[in-house]
Amino acid sequence: MGSNRIFIAFLTILRKEVTRFLRIWGQTILPPAVSMTLYFIIFGNLIGPRIGSMNGFLYMEFIAPGLIMMSIINNSYSNVVASFFGAKFQRHIEEMLIAPIPDSIILAGYILGGVARGLAVGLVVTVVALFFTEVHIHNYLIVISVAILTAVLFSLGGFINAVFARTFDDISIIPTFVLTPLIYLGGIFYSIDMLPSFWQSISKINPILYMVNAFRYGILGISDINIAYAFAIIFLFIIILTICALVLLNKGIGIKS
Amino acid sequence: MFALEINQLQKIYKNNLHALKGVDLCVKEGDFFALLGPNGAGKSTLIGIVSSLVRKTHGQISIFEQNMDTQLNKAKSYLGVVPQEVNFSFWESCMEIVINQAGYYGIPRKLAYDRAEKYLTQLGLWEKRNDRSRTLSGGLKRRLMIARALMHEPKLLILDEPTAGVDVELRRSMWAFLKEINLMGTTIVLTTHYLEEAEHLCKNIAIIDKGNIIEDTSMKYLLSKIGTQTYLMDLKIPCNELPKIQNINLRLLDSMTLEVDIPKEQNINELFVQLNHQNIDICSIRNKSNRLEELFINLLNNKNN
Repeated sequence: MGSNRIFIAFLTILRKEVTRFLRIWGQTILPPAVSMTLYFIIFGNLIGPRIGSMNGFLYMEFIAPGLIMMSIINNSYSNVVASFFGAKFQRHIEEMLIAPIPDSIILAGYILGGVARGLAVGLVVTVVALFFTEVHIHNYLIVISVAILTAVLFSLGGFINAVFARTFDDISIIPTFVLTPLIYLGGIFYSIDMLPSFWQSISKINPILYMVNAFRYGILGISDINIAYAFAIIFLFIIILTICALVLLNKGIGIKS
Repeated sequence: MFALEINQLQKIYKNNLHALKGVDLCVKEGDFFALLGPNGAGKSTLIGIVSSLVRKTHGQISIFEQNMDTQLNKAKSYLGVVPQEVNFSFWESCMEIVINQAGYYGIPRKLAYDRAEKYLTQLGLWEKRNDRSRTLSGGLKRRLMIARALMHEPKLLILDEPTAGVDVELRRSMWAFLKEINLMGTTIVLTTHYLEEAEHLCKNIAIIDKGNIIEDTSMKYLLSKIGTQTYLMDLKIPCNELPKIQNINLRLLDSMTLEVDIPKEQNINELFVQLNHQNIDICSIRNKSNRLEELFINLLNNKNN
C-alpha cells in the first residue's frame, strides 16, 4: 500500500473516530462542560474566596488550568478506551484487521481521535472557565504542547486498557481506581508546597502532577516542579506506551485468537 | 495461477484444541469453490487465518502468489471477506460503513462514493443507505456485508455462510449476484450448510472434517460418485400391499407413499411402466434428499468409521 493510500486509511480512521464522538456529543462534550461548571461554582465561587490566594493568584485562577487538564486527561482516555473496546465488542475492529493497514496507522488513527476529543473538551471547558475567571496565557507554546502531549499519552493509556478489556467493567476499573485518584492528587486543587515534605516526595511519583503543573505554568507562569522534567516525563511515558501498544497490536493480544 | 494456496496449515488453540491438522488446499483463479464441513470441522478457523483474524500455528498461505508471511499487506489487498456473523458498527449508516471500508483500503473518497452507489444499488440497499445498520433486517445485514467486502473490488472473495438464516427469495437473488461477480472474474470461496447452494453455485469442492481435508475435487466428479438416488412417490389411490418390481428396491412408507431406490444406470421409465401394470398411479415424485447431502454424510461416516 503506497503512502497516499496509507494516508487515506489514517484519515478514514480519524474521521470515523471524530464522527463517533460528535454524533454522541450529549455523552462526550456536554457532561464535562456541566461538571466543570459545577467545579467552578463550588470550588471557585463558593469555597475559593474563603481559601484566599494560592501562589499569588485567586483560587479560581489557580484551579482553572488543572480543571482544563483534568478534562483533557479524562476525555482523551475515555474516548479511546470506549471506542476501541466498542469496536472489539461489536467486532467491527475486524474491518481494519482484514484490511492492509499497518498497525501503526490503526494506532495513530485511534490516538488522534482521542486527542481530538480531549482538545475539543479542553476548549469547551476553557470557554466555561472564561465565565468565571480571566484566563491570560503566559506561554502559548507550552500550553498547546502540554495539552497535545498529555492527550496523546492518555489516549495511549486508554488504547492499552481497551486491548486488555474483556468486559465493560474492565474499561471502568482503571479510570475509577487509578486515574481519578491520580488526577485528584495531581495538584489540581492545591500546590504541593502546602504538603509536608514526605507527602511532597510521594506526590512527585505521580506523573499527572507534572502535566498539571506544566500546563499551569503555561497559563499562569507558576509551577511546583521543573518544566523540563515535566516534558521529559511526558515524552518518556509516550514512548513506553507507544511501544507497548504496537507490540500488543502486532501480537494481536485481545483481538486475535 | 492460484487465487489461494494453503500448505500444511495447522492451528492449535490455547486450550489444546487441534483445529487444523496440516491443511493443504489450492483454489484456482476464477473458481467458485465450496468449502464444506460439519460444525467444528475447522472451516471458520481456516477462514479466520486467511483473513488475519486468527493466528496460525504452522503453515504457509499465499493469495495470488503473495505470501502472507512476507507480503501481508499486498496479499490482504486482494482479499475480501464476508464473515459468518454481523461485524459492523450498529451506530453507523450503510453508507458510512461501506465508505469507511473503502477508506481502509486507501480508495479516494470520490471513487468510494461511486462504488458505494454501484454496490448498494446492486444489492438492493440504495434506498436504505442513510439508515443505521442496526435497523436493517437480517437478510439486508448480510447483503450489506457483501457490499462492504466488494468496495475494494477484491480478486478473491471469501463468504462464510453468507445465506444462513436468509429467506429463499433473498437467497436466490444472492446466488444470482454471486454468480455474476464470479463470471466477471472474482474468485469465490464459499462455506455453507446449504448443500444445495454449493451444488448450484460451485465448480470445485473441498470437504473438511476434524481439521483435515477429506475430499478435494470437482463438483461434477463428486456428484458422479453417487450410485443410487432415493425418490418418494405420492400415490393417487391408497395401496396396502408392496408392489414387486424386479431389480428395484421399493418400500411402502404408508398407504399413500412409496419409497424407491434407483441405481444411476437404471432407466426410470421402466419403473413407471411396471407400476402402471400393477395399477398403481403416481401423482407426484420428489428426491428424498439432496444428492450432495447424501454424499457428504456418507463421506463423513466413512471417515469416522
